[in-house]
Amino acid sequence: MEYIRLIGVLVIILGFAFKLDTVAVVLISALATALASGIDFTKFLAILGQGFLDNRMVSLFFLTLPMIGVIERNGLKASAVNLIHRLQNLTPGRIFDIYLLIRELACVFGITLQGQVQFIRPLINPMAQAAASVEAKLTPKDVDRIKARSAATENFGNFFAQNLFVASGGVLLMASTMKSLGYKVDPTGIVLYSIPVAVITLVLVFVYNRLFDRQFTKKGRVDHD
Amino acid sequence: MTSLINNILTFLYMLIGVGFLIAAIESFRDKTNSTRYGTGLFWTLFAVIFALGQWLPNALVGAFLLVIGLLSLLKQVKVGHIKEINVKTAESAALRLKGWIFLPSIILAVTAILVAQFTPFGGQVGIGAAAILSLIVAVVLTKSSGKAVFDDTQRMVRSVGSAGVLPQLLATLGVVFTASGVGNVTAHAISSVFPVGNHMLGVVLYCVAMAVFTIIMGNAFAAFAVITAGIGIPFVVAQGGSAVVVAALGMTSGYCGTLMTPMAANFNTLPVALMEMKDPLGVIKQQAPIAIPMLIIQILLMYVLAF
Repeated sequence: MEYIRLIGVLVIILGFAFKLDTVAVVLISALATALASGIDFTKFLAILGQGFLDNRMVSLFFLTLPMIGVIERNGLKASAVNLIHRLQNLTPGRIFDIYLLIRELACVFGITLQGQVQFIRPLINPMAQAAASVEAKLTPKDVDRIKARSAATENFGNFFAQNLFVASGGVLLMASTMKSLGYKVDPTGIVLYSIPVAVITLVLVFVYNRLFDRQFTKKGRVDHD
Repeated sequence: MTSLINNILTFLYMLIGVGFLIAAIESFRDKTNSTRYGTGLFWTLFAVIFALGQWLPNALVGAFLLVIGLLSLLKQVKVGHIKEINVKTAESAALRLKGWIFLPSIILAVTAILVAQFTPFGGQVGIGAAAILSLIVAVVLTKSSGKAVFDDTQRMVRSVGSAGVLPQLLATLGVVFTASGVGNVTAHAISSVFPVGNHMLGVVLYCVAMAVFTIIMGNAFAAFAVITAGIGIPFVVAQGGSAVVVAALGMTSGYCGTLMTPMAANFNTLPVALMEMKDPLGVIKQQAPIAIPMLIIQILLMYVLAF
């Protein structure tokens, strides 16, 4: 019954789906897989230890944290807020466009601010709501939609551009996993092949934002009639 | 050259170990944390693995990891109290430094790429060199003291916390899966339903599986370790697909799943709470019209670029 080896896959799926402690889930999955495949416990410890040491490159991004800490203490967030505050007299869609662009650029330079907490709630959402209310009277449903779109914009930028930074956890994880699977992959190569996705996201979301603006301009016309 | 690079890498890993040691010391000293000994031990073990791992028996490192897992399972690892940044100092520094505050980040990204592309040292040494250089620039620029850098380091490492070591643990899980033949079993199971060798079918299978498994697990990194070994390698890379393209686009296909699942609570549920939204799935509804076309585009991109 060779399918018993897939027990670890099951552990991972259930463990993450039920929000159990992630570190423990990963290690239990590893242990269960090894034991189910007839690897004895001492051999398992050696494989686990060596696997972890061989994949230390994934954690190289920790080296960038002291610098980020220094510039955060010296007003990185305040400077970014000032930059975004200059976006006046724009439609909600335009505000989202520019935020997405800034977010993708920040990703290129490895700046990962907790966007939802630091920018979306206190800054982008109120700015977009103010901009939309110039066009039309906002219903509670409109307000909810603007909030949701503000959060979505942050997520688009974060996910589709984070692989543009060579020392990001994701890029290093990919390179290291591929190496363990027997294929040598350079982190810089991953960055290169992540550029199309980041650019296409910009284009697609720009179009998406024009449609978003249209619902308010249309509504505005109805309101004014 | 290879041995020089390896020596530099060992040195960089020792530096990471020092960072973890700093986090360990401050965790032990955090009297407000009810689990300060567990948390301190958690970081100490990582510090030892990174600083001295080179000279330790593999089985001992494996045993350390199991202790770490046990601490985490028993809820003995918590972030604890971290002193927040002084907003007033930060704002006055922002006024003084203006756009220069972004300089260290730019130096970090540019140096890493330049070293990787134009020197024989490669990408990993590039990251280390860039991190050190950008830190020096940041310290000079902001006239920070050694004590302040120590504080910044412990604050950052502790607040990243165990989420920061998760990617490396997942990569390690990939190693265990490979050693146990998990990839072969999944490949075998799937190939009894789908034929191996059709490029387009392989790409669709891999990208959709990345998205679906991420929707179920809420974490693309975890899906990547499992699905790449089980589907990506046998169905795409082994058929002649380029490994670097498969990795890059496979992960972002997973992210399409992240955008569509309430399981990714940090991204899709947290904003609902933060902004007191009425529709708990509101964020996902705004994301799906981008996530689905992006998945299709990435399938096509992978098919075109990988072969």
